[in-house]
Amino acid sequence: MTEEIIIAGFGGQGVLSVGKILAYSGIMKDMEVSWMPSYGPEMRGGTANVTVILSDDRISSPILNEFDTAIILNQQSMDKFEPHVKKGGVLLYDSNGITRHPVRTDISVYVVEAAAEAARMASAKTFNMIVLGAFLKLKPIVNLEHVIKGLEKSLPKRHHHTIPMNREAIQRGMEIVKPFEMGVTI
Amino acid sequence: MEVKEIIRQENMVYQRSSLLTSKPFSYCPGCGHGTSNRLVAEVIEELGIQNDTIGVAPVGCSVLIYDFIDIDFSQAPHGRAPAVATGIKRVLPEKVVFTYQGDGDLAAIGTSETIHACNRGENITIIFVNNGIYGMTGGQMAPTTLPGMKTSTSPYGREVATMGTPLKITEMIAHLDGVNFVSRQAVHTPAAVRKAKKAIRAAFECQINKKGLGFVEIVSNCNSGWKMTPVKANQWMEENMFPFYPLGDIKVDGKLVKTL
Amino acid sequence: MKEFLLMKGNEAIAEAAIRAGADAYFGYPITPQSEIMEYLMTEKATERTGMVVLQAESELAAINMVYGAAGTGKKVLTSSSSPGISLMQEGISYIAGAELPCVIINVVRAGPGLGTIQPSQADYFQSVKGGGHGDYRLIVLAPSSVQEMADFVPLAFDLAFKYRNPALILSDGVIGQMMEKVELFKPIPRTEQFDQSWVITGKTPDRKANVITSLDLEPLPMEKHNHHLQAKYKKMEDEEVRFEEIMCDDADYIMVAYGSSARICSKALQLARAKGVKVGLLRPITLFPFPKVRIAELAQRVKGMLSVELSAGQMVEDIRLAVNGKIPVEHYGRFGGMVHSPSEVLEAFEKIFIKN
Ligand SMILES: Cc1ncc(C[n+]2csc(CCOP(=O)(O)OP(=O)(O)O)c2C)c(N)n1
Ligand code: SF4
Ligand SMILES: [Mg+2]
Repeated sequence: MTEEIIIAGFGGQGVLSVGKILAYSGIMKDMEVSWMPSYGPEMRGGTANVTVILSDDRISSPILNEFDTAIILNQQSMDKFEPHVKKGGVLLYDSNGITRHPVRTDISVYVVEAAAEAARMASAKTFNMIVLGAFLKLKPIVNLEHVIKGLEKSLPKRHHHTIPMNREAIQRGMEIVKPFEMGVTI
Repeated sequence: MEVKEIIRQENMVYQRSSLLTSKPFSYCPGCGHGTSNRLVAEVIEELGIQNDTIGVAPVGCSVLIYDFIDIDFSQAPHGRAPAVATGIKRVLPEKVVFTYQGDGDLAAIGTSETIHACNRGENITIIFVNNGIYGMTGGQMAPTTLPGMKTSTSPYGREVATMGTPLKITEMIAHLDGVNFVSRQAVHTPAAVRKAKKAIRAAFECQINKKGLGFVEIVSNCNSGWKMTPVKANQWMEENMFPFYPLGDIKVDGKLVKTL
Repeated sequence: MKEFLLMKGNEAIAEAAIRAGADAYFGYPITPQSEIMEYLMTEKATERTGMVVLQAESELAAINMVYGAAGTGKKVLTSSSSPGISLMQEGISYIAGAELPCVIINVVRAGPGLGTIQPSQADYFQSVKGGGHGDYRLIVLAPSSVQEMADFVPLAFDLAFKYRNPALILSDGVIGQMMEKVELFKPIPRTEQFDQSWVITGKTPDRKANVITSLDLEPLPMEKHNHHLQAKYKKMEDEEVRFEEIMCDDADYIMVAYGSSARICSKALQLARAKGVKVGLLRPITLFPFPKVRIAELAQRVKGMLSVELSAGQMVEDIRLAVNGKIPVEHYGRFGGMVHSPSEVLEAFEKIFIKN
């Protein structure tokens, strides 16, 4: 099994760190992982993306132009990556700030209102964990326990008190993710 | 009422320098580079030397200064701007040549070029923006970083015993006979901006009048590298940078005006 | 149980340097490798092993600090990226001429000039043909994973000391910035077990004075010294060639790629095989010494070779020399900071070898 994922959005959305947590979770399940960020001036422009690959086998290219799943968190990224989802693949997005919804019909499209939910949970920091939860609901490559172990590994000790909150956010994400219905405005 | 009616020429108190291009600055919001770039453009325009001025861009956050000021530029390797400027000035002695450099560029990798261009008394102008850090590369320690100051390569604070004390290169340069004018300024308040502009103008005039090298240090902030909000960064600069790097003219008309 | 960490390539290099028992690191910040020095500082390398970590005022200074420290027989390393490595070339030439061991890391970005901070493999010529002035070679290792970034640090030190020659780890922005699973080796204590007869540590009455120099005013002894250096490089070519082959046994065509490009090609290979096209991948691990003998052998039985590099085509020249006209050898690659994708590689391969 190999899952090739792109996570793309704005710099401050925790795109790189959610990718890192996902990669760490893969290690907890004894999988091979790679995490390749965009870096440099591209990031000064405000956008950030990371390619994460989890696999049972040795990972070939850390750089890809086609993905099993695209997790999209802003409009620029939608424009850039929607065409690069593999046929039959998954596009998961947060509709907050999205002006043009996905148009492809040969992929499965899902929505997670993570920004709205994070606001409801009164914690902007849970945003990316809600997104992660939504992804794991769609692609249960690793389970919640792997993620929690991954968090324990990747977070400095002084941040370990945030783990229960993150767990809750992941669970919320799993609950609120829903298929996108063409023609329905959300 | 139309905009034209409100903004009448006789009411005009301030205008954007026509030498500034329409390209938005690539600097972080609140960074002193933007204001410093603007002052250089204004001075060149006010002196009417835009057709005769050649700038030398450094390697650092201001590397793209050639995109913002609409005059001829040469982009120099990291630290080598004074040598590149020397080359230009020596073959085009009637032109006005200036460098615009950061503290890493001018006072670390380029120390040799800086000191020797000054010592030869090259008739050029050097604008030196000292923010105590390497902004461009993500906030590493610079020679000008204050003792105890945290950067990504001094994560526990600059330790003087192993990393040295901040280099006051401007004071060193002031002692060189080839240097005619040296001033240290800032651009964090309107009053400071006015003084800084005056100093930059004096440094250019010094070159135009063939008096020798003019050198202006601008003590500036790097809110990104310092990991502070712009307001906090300016406050921190006043409280910490200014005592170490006191503002004011240091050398005027070839004479030290401040005891160093 | 084995412990795996998730690390950036640059961090893996830094941690490996500490564990390899390095005595000193001298460097100057430059993207995309600044994490190396930042990691050494943040992880308190000096407290952990006594290793010296010093931010120099320039790469020019850094490489000469390496020159000085390496002459005392210590394990010394530096790291930089392309423009900084260019600046070091005079010093590297001195180090090679004076036969000092040291490790140099180049996390390559695209040039020429200030270029861009995005990944590139356009420093191949500079790395494998010497780089600075004079007839000399560096041992060049090309890691293609974060694991190899870690493992090649002690290997580079071993080779550098075995041959008293600088060893270069040639990486790039992809391998430096990406994170992968790494298993770290056990720390090696900082000890000096090698031949110490040449080091400058202060002349004692029992030996004659040691001098670290690359100078000889007389051409005849200089020629002799050069012969000695050449013999050393020949020995490296005989004994130190390293490479990896993926599906070359039944291949009709071979892609040759190193570092990040090899990773991309290994995916292109899967895509090709899925289409029934028999392609293999030869991944040079040492770029000097180059696996020219193996390439010549493969050229006896395959129909063509494609060098896939993040450059305008540099290694392709060495492949052509090895193949010596037997079969067509072509180049494909994006460059200037652009990175080719697996499908672009496959498309280029098909256009060059299958469609014609
Ligand atoms: C030879 C070389 N070494 C290192 C670099 C990387 N580099 C780019 S900018 C910079 C430092 C910039 O700091 P400073 O001059 O203080 O300018 P600031 O960005 O703070 O304005 C460095 C080290 C380079 N481009 N070339
Ligand atoms: S990084 Fe620092 S110096 Fe550079 S633009 Fe931002 S605030 Fe200014
Ligand atoms: Mg600076």
